[in-house]
Amino acid sequence: MTTSTAALDRPATGARVRVTRSRRPRPFLGLVALAAVAVLAAMPALVGAGITAKLVDGFILLTLASMWNLLAGYAGLVSVGQQTFIGLGSYVVLVLAQWGLQPYLALPLAAVVCAALALPVSWLLFRLRGGYFAIATWVVADAVLLVVSHFPSLGGGTGAILPGIAGIAPLTRLAWTYWSALAVAVAALGVTYLLLRGRLGLVLTAVRDDEIGARSVGARVGWAKRIVFLVAAAGCGAAGGLLILSQLNVQAPSVFSVEWSAKMIFVTIIGGIGTLEGPIVGTIVFVLLQELLAGFGAWYFIALGTVAVVIALWSPRGLWGFVADRVHLRPFPIGYWLWVDDDTGAGAGRAEKGVE
Amino acid sequence: MIAGDPAAAGSAQAASRSTVLTVRDLTVHHGQLRAVTDLSLEVAEGEIFAIIGANGAGKSTLLRTIAGLHRPTTGTISLDGADLTHAEPEDRLVAGIALVPEGRRLFPSLSVEENLMVGAHRRRPGPWSIARVYELFPWMPERRRQRAAQLSGGEQQAVAIGRALVANPRVLLLDELSLGLAPRIVAQIYALMPELLATGMTILIVEQDVSQALRVASRFGCILEGRTTLSGRPGEFQPEEIEAAYFGLGKVAVR
Amino acid sequence: MIWVGALVQGVLLGGLYALSACGLSLLYGVMGAINLAHGDLAIVAAYLAIIVIPILHLPGILAFVIVVPVFVVLGYVGQRTLIQATLDRGQLTTLLVSFGASIIIQNALLELSSADSHSIDVGSLVTASITVNSDISIAVLSLAIFVVAVVTLIGIELLLSRTTIGRLIRAVADDREAAQLSGTRYRHVFGIAAALAIGTVALAGLAFGMYSSFSPTSGSTRLLFAFEAVVIGGLGSLWGTLAGGIVLGVTQSIGSTIDPSYGVLAGHLVFLLVLAVRPSGIAGARQAA
Repeated sequence: MTTSTAALDRPATGARVRVTRSRRPRPFLGLVALAAVAVLAAMPALVGAGITAKLVDGFILLTLASMWNLLAGYAGLVSVGQQTFIGLGSYVVLVLAQWGLQPYLALPLAAVVCAALALPVSWLLFRLRGGYFAIATWVVADAVLLVVSHFPSLGGGTGAILPGIAGIAPLTRLAWTYWSALAVAVAALGVTYLLLRGRLGLVLTAVRDDEIGARSVGARVGWAKRIVFLVAAAGCGAAGGLLILSQLNVQAPSVFSVEWSAKMIFVTIIGGIGTLEGPIVGTIVFVLLQELLAGFGAWYFIALGTVAVVIALWSPRGLWGFVADRVHLRPFPIGYWLWVDDDTGAGAGRAEKGVE
Repeated sequence: MIAGDPAAAGSAQAASRSTVLTVRDLTVHHGQLRAVTDLSLEVAEGEIFAIIGANGAGKSTLLRTIAGLHRPTTGTISLDGADLTHAEPEDRLVAGIALVPEGRRLFPSLSVEENLMVGAHRRRPGPWSIARVYELFPWMPERRRQRAAQLSGGEQQAVAIGRALVANPRVLLLDELSLGLAPRIVAQIYALMPELLATGMTILIVEQDVSQALRVASRFGCILEGRTTLSGRPGEFQPEEIEAAYFGLGKVAVR
Repeated sequence: MIWVGALVQGVLLGGLYALSACGLSLLYGVMGAINLAHGDLAIVAAYLAIIVIPILHLPGILAFVIVVPVFVVLGYVGQRTLIQATLDRGQLTTLLVSFGASIIIQNALLELSSADSHSIDVGSLVTASITVNSDISIAVLSLAIFVVAVVTLIGIELLLSRTTIGRLIRAVADDREAAQLSGTRYRHVFGIAAALAIGTVALAGLAFGMYSSFSPTSGSTRLLFAFEAVVIGGLGSLWGTLAGGIVLGVTQSIGSTIDPSYGVLAGHLVFLLVLAVRPSGIAGARQAA
C-alpha cells in the first residue's frame, strides 16, 4: 500500500504530470486505520455489554452496506434480494451447528457456501438487466424463504435455536461474537478495497462509464460482475451467520425479510453510494438515528427512507461525497489523482483533478 | 464567420432575400469537449446551404443544437428574427425547424404511415401533407402499413424526410443523408431538392460527401474542429482549396 | 375433477395478475422506469377504497369510480414531478426512489392502520358462484375480475394502436429524441402513459382487495406476481402478459391444490424455469442498461 507515483514529462506544454492514489500521504492514513481497528478490538473490555451488542449490530450493517455498495455502486447490480444470502448464511451456521460443528467455526463456511450457491443463482439472474434484475433477486429471496420454511428441522416458519453455544459464558460469547463481527466487517471493507484497486476495479469503472464501450475493448464485463455477485453473497452470508450468533436463534421470515435490503440500501445511499467510505458514514448515521428515534416505532424507518429518497434525488453522492468534495480526503483511495505541476509559475497542483 | 453580412457572400441574389435562420457566435460543449467554437452563419430564404467537414468536425453537433437537442454554452439561434436559443426541440418544430437526424431515427415499431402521422401531429399550415409525401415517393402508399424497421436504408431515409416535410418547416435540416446508402440512392434523394425548394422551403444540409453537397448547394461552409475554415459559393474555389480546408491543411481562407 | 376446478380458478386468477402486470410493463416499456412501489400503490388503492366507501355510503363494488380517477391524476402528477425527476438522473435513481417509496408506504400503512388484514366489502358477491357440476363452481367475483382484466387489456391495446396519443406513446417509447424532433411534448406523453399505468394499478389493487384480504405488507407479493407474469409472458406484448398471468395463476392454483403452502413457491419455480430455458423470450426487444 505504498503511494504509487508516476512522473512523466510533457515538454510540449511545459507541465509535469504526476499521478497518485491519494492527495494525502498513504502511510499516515494506513496507521490511522490500523489504530482504529486496534481500539475497536479492545472495546468489549472498555464498554458494557449493551454497547458491545449494539456495535455488533453496527458491524453487521456495515458489512451488508459495503456489499450492497459493491454490487450497486460499482457493478451496477441493483439487488433488492440480498436477504437470500443473509438467510442462507444464518441457516448454514444453524445446520452445521446441528451437526456438531462449533458455531463460530461455521461462520467462514457460511460465507463459502453462500458464494458457491450464488454461482447458479447468478447464472439465472444475469439474464435480466437493470430493474428486472432487481425484482428477480427479490423473487429468489422469497422462493428460498418458502423452501427453508418447509423443513421442520430448520424450525419451519417459526424459528430454531442455535445449538452448541450454551456452554460458553454469556460475556465471553458476546466478546467472541463481537470480534467475529469486527473481523467480518474489516474483511468486507478490505476485500472491497483490494478488489476495486485491482484489474476488476478498472473493468468496473469502464463499465460504469460505458458498458458497450468496455465490452468492445475486450473488458470481461460478465466475469467482473459475477465475481462481485459472489463476493457480495459471501459477505451477506457471513453477516447472516453473525445474526444467528448474536441472536442465538433464527426465524425464516425475519432473516429473509426485504427490510434487510431496505437497511443496506438506505445506509449506503445516505453515506454515499460508489465510495468505500459511504457505508461507514451511513452506518454511523443509521445507528445514531436508531438510538435517537427508538421510541417512534416504524416512523424511524419512514424518516430514514425519506432521507434516503431525498439524498438519492438531490445529493446522489451522499454525506461522504458532500464531505469529501470539500476536504479532499480519501481514506480508501481507489481512483487516481492527476497532478499538473505548471512550470509557468502558477503553482503546483493547481489543475489537479480526481479521477474515480 | 461564414457570412456576417449577406452581401459579403458576394451574391446579389442572396442579399436580396431575407435571412431565415441566424446562428451567432455559437459554442457547444459535449461535457468537457468543445465541439463547436464561435460559429456564426446566416441562411437565406429559399437557398440550400451546405456544411461540409470531416468526421468529428462538429457538423452534426451544430445541426442538433439548431434543432434543440443540445444546449449551447454561448451564442444564439433565431428563426425569422425570433430567438429560439432556449426553446425545446418540440417547440422549434412548431416554430419551423425540422431535423432529419443522422441515422434516420424512424420509430421502428410504428408503420410507415404512423411515422408520418407522428411527424404531422403538430404540423404548421403549408403545402406538405401525408398525401403530398406519397406523391413525392410513389412506392410509399402501398407499403404504408409496413413497420419502419422492415424498410431498406434508402426507404427509411425517404420516410424520415417525409416525416420532417409533413410538419411544413421553414428550414429543413438534413444530417448526413448519404450515410450508409448506395450512391444511386443518394443521387435519387438529392435529385428531390429542387422539388423541396419549389415549395418555399429553406434547406441546411450537413454532408461528408463533399461533391454531392456542393452540387446542390448555393452556398457552403467548411468546418474543422468546430470552427469555420472556408465559406462562400461552390464555384468560387478550386477543389484543392476546399480539400485543404476540409482536412485542415495550409492556410485558412474565409471569403 | 378437482384439477379442472383448480385449472379454471387459476385461469381466472391469471386475469388479476395480468391486470396487475400491465401497469408495470407500461411504465417500463414507455419510459424504461421500473416501479418497485408498484404493488404497494395497489394496496394503497385498496386502503383508499375501504376509507371512502363508508364515508360516501357507496356499495363496495363501485369503489373504483372514486379510486381509479384519483390514481389516474396521481399517475400524471407523479410522472411530471417525481418520476420524471428520477428518470432525468438515471435508472439507478428510479430504482432507489421507488424502492424507498415502497418501504415508506408499507411502514406508513402499518403506523396509520395496523398489521391486521382488511378486505373490500362487496356484499353477497363474495360468495356468489355459478355451479357447473358437483365438483366445479366458478366464483362470480373471480369471473368478473377476469372480464374486467381482459376488457382493460383490450382497451389499452386499442388506445395504443388506434389513437393519436397511443401512437405518440409508442413513438416516445421507440425513440424519445426523434419524437421530440417530430414535435412531441414527451413529458406530457410520459404523464399520460403514467396516468394510464397507475390507473390500472389502482384497478388491480381494488380487484385484489375484493378478491382477497390484504395487509400493509401485501404489496411486495403483488409486485413479484406482476413481474413474474410479465417475464413469463415475454416482454413487450399485452397479450403475452395475459398469457403469462394465466400460466402463473394456473401454476399457483395447482400448487395450492397439492399443498396450500406450495402455491406461491410453484409460481416462483415456474418463473425461474422460464428464466432458465427461454432467455431469448425474456430479454425482449428493449435492452435496459
